[in-house]
Amino acid sequence: MSEVRTLDDTLPVQGQGRTGTAWWGLMCVIGTEGILFAYLIFSYGYLASQNVRWLHDGPRSLRLALPATVLLVGSSIVLEWAKRVGNRGRTGAARLGVVLAVLMGAAFMLLELREWKEQPFAFDTDSYSSIYFLLTGTHLAHVAVGLLGLLMMLAWSFGGRLRTEHSQYRALTTLYWHFVDAVWLFVFATIYLSPRLA
Amino acid sequence: MGNDRLRAFAGWRHPAAAGGRGHARRLPRRDVGERHVEGTEPGRRGERRPMRRRPGPVALLMLACAGCARESTPMDYMHGAAGPAQMPIQALAQGFTAICTAVVAIIAVLLIVSVRRGIREQRNDGDAVTPGRNGMPWIYWGVGLSVPVLLAMTVWSLLATRAVATPPAAPAVDVEVIGHQWWWELRYHGDRASDIVTTANELVVPVGQPVRLRMTSADVIHDFWVPKLGPKMDLVPGQWNNSWFQADRAGVYVGQCAEYCGVEHGKMGIRVRALPKAQFDTWLALERQPALPSINRGAQVFGQACAACHTVRGTGAGGIVGPDLTHVAGRLTLAAGMLPNTPTARMTWVAHTQQVKPGAQMPEVPLADVDRAAVVDYLGTLR
Amino acid sequence: MSAVPVTAVDPREPASASPPELATRLEALWGEGEGLRAWFATVDHKAIGLRYIVTAFVFLLLGGVEALVMRIQLASPEARVLNPEQYSQLFSMHGVTMIFLYALPVLSGFSNYLWPLLLGSRDMAFPRLNALSYWLFLAAGLFLYMSFFIGAAPNDGWFSYVPQSLKPYSPGPNLDVYALGLIFLGLSTTVGSANFVVTLLRMRAPGMSVNRLPILVWGTITASVANLLAVPAVSLACLMLWLDRHHGTHFFDIGGGGQPLLWQHLFWMFGHPWVYALVLPAMGLVSDALPVHCRRPLVGYTPVAMSTVATMVIGFGVWLHHMFATGVPPLALSFFSAASFVIAIPSAIGVFAWIATIYTGRARLTTPFLFFVGFVLLFVIGGVSGVMTASLALDWQLTDTYFIVAHLHYVLLGINVFPVIGAIYHWFPKFTGRMMDERLGRWTFGVMFIGFNLAFLPMHWLGLAGMPRRVWTYSHGLGFGAANLVVSIGAFLFAAGVLMFLIGVVHGALRGRIAGPNPWDAPTLEWSTASPPPVYNFAVLPLVASRHPLWEARIDEDPEGDRSLLTTGFALDDGKETLGVTPLDAQPDVILKMPGPTLLPALLSVALFALFVGLLCSWRWLDALAGLAAAAVLVAWFSPHATVRDEERVRIYE
Ligand code: HEA
Ligand code: HEA
Ligand code: HEC
Ligand code: CUA
Ligand SMILES: [Cu+2]
Repeated sequence: MSEVRTLDDTLPVQGQGRTGTAWWGLMCVIGTEGILFAYLIFSYGYLASQNVRWLHDGPRSLRLALPATVLLVGSSIVLEWAKRVGNRGRTGAARLGVVLAVLMGAAFMLLELREWKEQPFAFDTDSYSSIYFLLTGTHLAHVAVGLLGLLMMLAWSFGGRLRTEHSQYRALTTLYWHFVDAVWLFVFATIYLSPRLA
Repeated sequence: MGNDRLRAFAGWRHPAAAGGRGHARRLPRRDVGERHVEGTEPGRRGERRPMRRRPGPVALLMLACAGCARESTPMDYMHGAAGPAQMPIQALAQGFTAICTAVVAIIAVLLIVSVRRGIREQRNDGDAVTPGRNGMPWIYWGVGLSVPVLLAMTVWSLLATRAVATPPAAPAVDVEVIGHQWWWELRYHGDRASDIVTTANELVVPVGQPVRLRMTSADVIHDFWVPKLGPKMDLVPGQWNNSWFQADRAGVYVGQCAEYCGVEHGKMGIRVRALPKAQFDTWLALERQPALPSINRGAQVFGQACAACHTVRGTGAGGIVGPDLTHVAGRLTLAAGMLPNTPTARMTWVAHTQQVKPGAQMPEVPLADVDRAAVVDYLGTLR
Repeated sequence: MSAVPVTAVDPREPASASPPELATRLEALWGEGEGLRAWFATVDHKAIGLRYIVTAFVFLLLGGVEALVMRIQLASPEARVLNPEQYSQLFSMHGVTMIFLYALPVLSGFSNYLWPLLLGSRDMAFPRLNALSYWLFLAAGLFLYMSFFIGAAPNDGWFSYVPQSLKPYSPGPNLDVYALGLIFLGLSTTVGSANFVVTLLRMRAPGMSVNRLPILVWGTITASVANLLAVPAVSLACLMLWLDRHHGTHFFDIGGGGQPLLWQHLFWMFGHPWVYALVLPAMGLVSDALPVHCRRPLVGYTPVAMSTVATMVIGFGVWLHHMFATGVPPLALSFFSAASFVIAIPSAIGVFAWIATIYTGRARLTTPFLFFVGFVLLFVIGGVSGVMTASLALDWQLTDTYFIVAHLHYVLLGINVFPVIGAIYHWFPKFTGRMMDERLGRWTFGVMFIGFNLAFLPMHWLGLAGMPRRVWTYSHGLGFGAANLVVSIGAFLFAAGVLMFLIGVVHGALRGRIAGPNPWDAPTLEWSTASPPPVYNFAVLPLVASRHPLWEARIDEDPEGDRSLLTTGFALDDGKETLGVTPLDAQPDVILKMPGPTLLPALLSVALFALFVGLLCSWRWLDALAGLAAAAVLVAWFSPHATVRDEERVRIYE
């Protein structure tokens, strides 16, 4: 006689980390966004290789970019820690970590915007200025999206919707933040380091 | 023969007849150019039947279209290569067309055989599902035979590329080609800076000598293409591209801009006129001369209405928006191949520019009829 | 001898289990209700797939009518039916429509409809994202077509080379529509592709390991990964174009040190992989459906699957073959030329596998079969003309002539339109539960095949005779007249064939014979459920043990192996849920709760549509409003579920 039976075996529901589908979805997003930056860097290289006028009197200064880089990398570490304590149910510490990471990310943005202001050229000066602003700007936009995500998560956390068992949220926002961080290293290498090496 | 050629580069019907069915205008011989060019069709010499001038006998298998065969095709590159920059490509074109047509034919036969066989099996044995016989040998053989063919094609192609990439001898003539929306500026440099000759839309070259082209564009991307003489090359703003060709036979070769460059891209023709060396030298010497000074009504009107855009060397007219008109009456065609260069056509052009070539960068300058007639007469004196 | 008649219908019950009490419960859990709201809120992959197909066909008709108008203009030399500006808009919109709004979306439609059924799942990985990708596609299509009706459609060809497309030479809004429209459409493609990737990795029936995937799945997954990697290139290029046009930047404008060729590199880095994305899934449709009509499994499953992937991998390394005449040094170009020759090898594998399948099989002369056979021939013609253009030296003549136009139509119609129409005949019974008429179908094939070749074979000749492409008219005396007339006649004949096909669809949907679950006696899972399938696809999730679950008993692929189980398996009826498996060997490892119908995707598309209109018209206020609306939708979309359960007991049906 055919029938539906409930077994003693169980399967996880929705799944955390790689068991969930969302994790793979985010990997796709990261893949395609990563490639977007690859194309941006290609454009930078292509324009550089075809141009005699480039850089506007030497490479961009490291004065603000270096501390900004340290802040961003640091924020990644803080966030990773926050994720872990959050998963272990230490909500207060986790919130603190996220707040800290958000502040560091915001500081990064401010430094970058500051650097934008200090440049002797504008978006529409020439091809170098255009790609400089587009490359850093696209990255900044990603930082901004990451920050909004973290802020939303904080809001949900304080509002009580996001609880310890929602570990997927922490996993994904952190993963995205690491990605934004890693991309910055490539952007940094392209804009600040490559002219110094050449 | 001659008739075909006239049609070929006249390429024109009187605008009054446009839209309706007119006759292709036959040109008075005098306007077509030097006599010696007559009959030296840019096709195979001594060729009788226009039939033979079609590209790819095999490609034509696909075209059992008798009508097409009647017309001559001055821009085809499957026959009548006129120089060493095109010769290897023509061979390649014919060879590849043959190979590829054969591949298609073989596959077609295999498909027909397979379908017939498949259907027969089905009729005989019913259509119950079976694991089927091993079909892998098909893949082994098919790929196994295709790969050497592809390899051979690759090698042939690379050899041909090498053969046409650089001229066999140092170029005898250097011409700068500058693309404009929708005409060609051509500059010949001489020994002295003042020797520079600027002309338009008609590239005159000596027979049997390599010509080097240095090309760029004043606005958007264009592409210089005279199929019988050799490869295409883009004219990209901000960059100088080099190309070369050599015309081994005297004659007029038809070409056309081959990169979409705006609305009148289709009407951006070019003519290459290959002259024997001596005549080329005469031509160049003549072109170096400024126009004869003239003070008639036409010249005055020109100075007021046209000089802002056109240069006529030797007069006050120094505009650079449009083609240099110093010796405009000596060219075969007007407005990048749109019209034969006859007095009537010059009149048509000045009076109905936007009808002849909708969108062209030359306005229909409002002129009184007498003034227009005078200026057109004046154009006729610029030889 | 009991030969099944060629237009079989299947009187049997579906092969998979559908116990009534389970079915009713699942119906209640998965059903989406009726009415307007439900229509906009659906997340059912089958509804979305069909909408994709229908919408893509509407665009095919629009693009086709544009082509027919062009053919009237080109039928004779020096015709003045259209003026140059109208012609430019027509050929540009024709290309954009066909490439972006028809060719990929129609395949996404098939894959959307078929994937979960083929894979033995109840839905795609992200049903809401799936709906979103459809709504975005529709919105982007409308966005592009809006411009057509105000007479300012894109007019610089489907690849809109700079500087022609920059402000000084194209001052109108035409190219803004193009740039923004492609970025907009790119969003749809990206979310759709990501969904396919994750679906493949996670949403399969237990036992559906990689070596058992239908070839369509291989084709679509290859295309999707390629889209994820390629689409950013064109989105970036379009962003730069728009910035150059509106914000004075100098990416392409030489005045400020920009580079016209940068556009071409970015465009073709995208463009070449993209054209393969337009055909690999269609080849997959053939590889899966042709064997059914040959009554045997596909010859060379593994090489065909591998060649699909190989084509795409090589396809990422040939983009410069669209730039042979741009003045890049010949040495660099030679590499890309050689790579383009190499790409013919994987294609050859496919061609010979299909021929072998026909030869060693027992062919039923059905309409789908005819379309697939026609496809093989057209593919080879289009392929070898591609090989001719792959030659650097020869392409210096061929490029930008009608030879290229011939090539692209043979490949695009030959490997996309013909397989798609064949596939519609093949899967129509699954879509609607009814058969299309075979006799009309055979006539349709005949008219389309003859019309197609009449229209596009002479174009090769025209190209070799020196007719440049994208010319609004051509002069007398160049010898193009007669062939162009033939082309135009052929185009109208082909259009008549399309019309016959449409009649066949309508007739089939209304009057066609009832098909039954498996009218062609096909081997794959979609045919094990009812036609049309219930909203939850499978009441009992199958367990797969071979490539051909429904043929196992007869072809005995793996004599000592297990048999697929269609009548016992996971029941999963504790809510709207389905099974997730491990990526490689498809072991069950999670129960996935699926979202119910929701308006969020449609709302998000409306918000983004408004955003893009705002960008086009420089209406900051609209951008601000739309941005806020989009953000609000996203917050709602991602907000955490109230309850999360860790584990669930497994329920099985046996
Ligand atoms: C839709 C899909 C599609 C497909 C599948 C292809 C397939 C191929 N294409 Fe095509 N191509 C386009 C779409 C496509 N193309 C489009 C749209 C354009 C124009 C863009 C534009 O400018 O608007 C274009 C343009 C284009 C160009 C640029 C031309 C130019 O502008 O100058 C080139 C150059 O190399 C090229 C090459 C090839 C090659 C080598 C293949 C190969 O993959 C073909 C391989 C297949 C076979 C060869 C057949 C099967 C093989 C055998 C039976 C074995 C035996 C064969 C031999 C021994 C020869 N294509
Ligand atoms: C999938 C892609 C696809 C498809 C299907 C087609 C289909 C057709 N295409 Fe085209 N084409 C392209 C992709 C495609 N094309 C591309 C990419 C270009 C390059 C563009 C560029 O240069 O930028 C191009 C360019 C192009 C040109 C060159 C333009 C030029 O360079 O100047 C021409 C010229 O003849 C042409 C013709 C046709 C014709 C006659 C059809 C026919 O097959 C059309 C058949 C007709 C229909 C399918 C419609 C049927 C209509 C009815 C039955 C009426 C019923 C109507 C209603 C119910 C409303 N196409
Ligand atoms: C606003 C600029 C402008 C003015 C004013 C102008 N032209 Fe032109 N002219 C052009 C351009 C641009 C072309 C090239 C058109 C083309 O072929 O697309 C041209 C082409 C021509 C040609 C054909 C040249 C050739 O080499 O084929 C002639 C002849 C000509 N103009 C004569 C005149 C006369 C006579 C006047 C005055 C009544 C005049 N033009 C006024 C811009 C101008
Ligand atoms: Cu100039 Cu086309
Ligand atoms: Cu390509």
